[in-house]
Amino acid sequence: MNLSSFALVRFLPVETDFGFIRMRVGAFVLSLFMVLGSVAAFFTMGLNLGIDFRGGTAIEISTEGPADIALIREVVSAAVPGDVQVQGFGTDEDVLIRVGEIDPEVINALEGFEALDAAQAQQAVQQLVRGALVEAIPDVSFERMEVISPQVSDELRVAGATAVLVSLFLMLVYIWLRFEWQYSVGAVLALAHDVIITIGFFSVTQLQFNLPTIAAILTIVGYSMNDTVVIYDRIREMFRKFKSLPTPQVLDLAINATLSRTILTSGTTLVALIAMAVMGGPALEGFAMALIWGVAIGTYSSIFVAAPLLTVTGVRRDGGDRED
Amino acid sequence: MLYFARWKIALILGTILIGVMFLLPNFVSESTRYGPDGRPQGVWSVLPSDTLNLGLDLRGGSHLVFQVDMDEVRSERLVRLADDVRTVLRNQPAILTAAPAVVEGRVVVRLSRPDDMEAALRRLRGINEPVSNSFGQASLDQTLSIEADPDGRTIRVGITEAAFEEIQRRTVTQSVEVIRRRIDGTGTTEPTIVRQGDDRVLVQVPGESDPQRIIEIVGTTARMTFHMVEANVDPGPDGQGRTPPGVIILPTEEAGEPFLAVQRRALVTGEQLVRASQGFNEAGQPSVNFTFNTSGARAFGDATAANVGRRFAIVLDDVIISAPRIRSPIMGGSGMIDGGFTVQSANDLANMLNAGALPARLTPVEQRSVSAGLGQDSIDRGQTAIIIGFSLVIVFMLLAYGFFGVASTLALVVNICLLMGGLSGLQATLTLPGIAGIVLTIGMAVDANVLIFERIREEYRSGRTVANAIENGYQHALSAILDANVTTFIAAAVLYMMGAGPVRGFAVTLGIGIMTSVFTAFVFSRLLLAGWLRFAKPKALPM
Repeated sequence: MNLSSFALVRFLPVETDFGFIRMRVGAFVLSLFMVLGSVAAFFTMGLNLGIDFRGGTAIEISTEGPADIALIREVVSAAVPGDVQVQGFGTDEDVLIRVGEIDPEVINALEGFEALDAAQAQQAVQQLVRGALVEAIPDVSFERMEVISPQVSDELRVAGATAVLVSLFLMLVYIWLRFEWQYSVGAVLALAHDVIITIGFFSVTQLQFNLPTIAAILTIVGYSMNDTVVIYDRIREMFRKFKSLPTPQVLDLAINATLSRTILTSGTTLVALIAMAVMGGPALEGFAMALIWGVAIGTYSSIFVAAPLLTVTGVRRDGGDRED
Repeated sequence: MLYFARWKIALILGTILIGVMFLLPNFVSESTRYGPDGRPQGVWSVLPSDTLNLGLDLRGGSHLVFQVDMDEVRSERLVRLADDVRTVLRNQPAILTAAPAVVEGRVVVRLSRPDDMEAALRRLRGINEPVSNSFGQASLDQTLSIEADPDGRTIRVGITEAAFEEIQRRTVTQSVEVIRRRIDGTGTTEPTIVRQGDDRVLVQVPGESDPQRIIEIVGTTARMTFHMVEANVDPGPDGQGRTPPGVIILPTEEAGEPFLAVQRRALVTGEQLVRASQGFNEAGQPSVNFTFNTSGARAFGDATAANVGRRFAIVLDDVIISAPRIRSPIMGGSGMIDGGFTVQSANDLANMLNAGALPARLTPVEQRSVSAGLGQDSIDRGQTAIIIGFSLVIVFMLLAYGFFGVASTLALVVNICLLMGGLSGLQATLTLPGIAGIVLTIGMAVDANVLIFERIREEYRSGRTVANAIENGYQHALSAILDANVTTFIAAAVLYMMGAGPVRGFAVTLGIGIMTSVFTAFVFSRLLLAGWLRFAKPKALPM
């Protein structure tokens, strides 16, 4: 029996010979454009921060039959003087209500409240919204309620930013230990590139940026690093093998040798993530979108940023010959 | 690389078997696994019997973080310290001073005569400010910092940072205990109540999707005291009436009488209660019945005997909840509070009085609750995403690698079993982001196999035999696999350390998933291919 007939599809030519390094100027320009665009978007459009990071109240309700979003918005806005957002969430019956962090003075000015502090004021908002909704829509049910005080949202912001920076730093150290500093600089620049462009993606799409988004970013960091390491590992090996070949050619050889793996792995990962985005419901949708974007960017950056950067950081050909 | 000693094969298969054993309980109903006494029965008393530990976002429930108000504790301590300072200085022979004042976190005393400095310092050093007030004993020698100003007349007395940290530690520990007693009293199953950070308490209550009740139970200090009412003092319509020393004005819960003047000194306090329960008064309305301990009963009996005809106030957290008139001395040490209770609120108050007062005020700073329905919905959607993601990845691998794709599919199946079994066995909390972590693991797990297979193809193309190509493929792919997975693991570890709640669940599944992926892709698939080589003795590489 000829077992080779089992391999039904060749996704790629067996051996490729693309000149990736030749394209590096174009790629650097594109990356620079995306990074600057992300930074500009961040400063002009900002992020649509979820309540994890800006404090406030989020309430997910469901109604019998299609929800009247306009009515809900009216009821909630009448109940609490503040920044109220009402949107459909997944199905016709599900609605997400968000009320931004509220100044305790605003609540204390209402009848029946006095001397509440910042944390208590956010709790009061939840009670007000619930009370008003139950009165206006008797069959409402409360599926999810979150109240985050300003104090905690401040801490979560700091913790989120710290987590991203710490992970970048640890990657830098690990790659430096396993390879050479030239590799670790290239890898971490590529990672920073991925993180910035992912944040830019959230700014442009105005998808909600919350605690799971930080998890997504860290996963992207891990994934992109994973991808970069595989290529770097091969580059180091090729440097040992082809001592006389010029650096750009060695880089091309290594990228081409790992290309089908790069594409297959991002393929399976993307397939799983798309299943998550489509099937996982509204709660996982944003998370899956971030990961899909991040995997695409991470794959691009490993090939077009991390590897070509080695021509810039000036990797030492002899220094990389350490046997593992 | 391709030779496996018998014991190694046994070890690999044993690991998988253990993983499957931990996974098994998830497929068997709870009533089969556990007997009526709540203990595992039959084979389950030998085999692992725990299922996946679902997070509150999947099973429904409330997650609340309370901040212990340490600023208030600190200022209360300082007010008491100022009282002590005044007492020791006014003892005969009195040292003349202005009244001690609390300034910038310390008690400041100004002596009238600088000559008294020595004596004043000596007396102040004699103050023993115990670290714990009503529970436990003082555990630090140095609790006060006493400084004399260079001007020779001013003394500053403060509580040392070490003492304050001890106070904080005890306050939070006591809060956890009191909250646990209170929540246990409501009959809730499996609550989690733990300290979080230095000054917070995390309360997780599965199944309770209305956090308001927990907030009421935990957010009430429940400091109950009994005071005599001063009928001669007019509290004024807005509670701003003039009061003689030792009398304070407190708000009441009754509309017709919004404020009452009471003696500052309490006759009896809640600490002298031994038992409280919900009952009904003569009119059939819900009430709270209570019993004092011996000293409380005596103090209450004496006070009521001396004040027949006057009123006393029952004060809960600085609000008068009832102010009955004393018709006859209340001996026996038991009594009843009635006034505007529902059965539930009377029950809650009785429960709180039994559990004791909280040592500080607690404010909810973070609250997340999910209904059981939404949780189930998330589980269903998560399961669908896992199954579809899994199928798509398998199709992808079979198309790309044909026969070798079968090996990696088997590896992936084992991987998922180990991951789920690992989560069950470790009783790690599976959250909605955790499910996302599983889906992601499915997508990324084949990476190691892809690396190896690509390498095998390359080796085979460069003219090696099938066995040699496979051998070399595994060998050469190892360093990339390790490096690549260590970096992802670092990201997961950072997430675990920095993240909270549901996000932590994601980090856990991702971390365990990385380990099981490396094991199945590098070790288990190698065992499969080694077996295949041995029996099929292939001449050409089937991919």
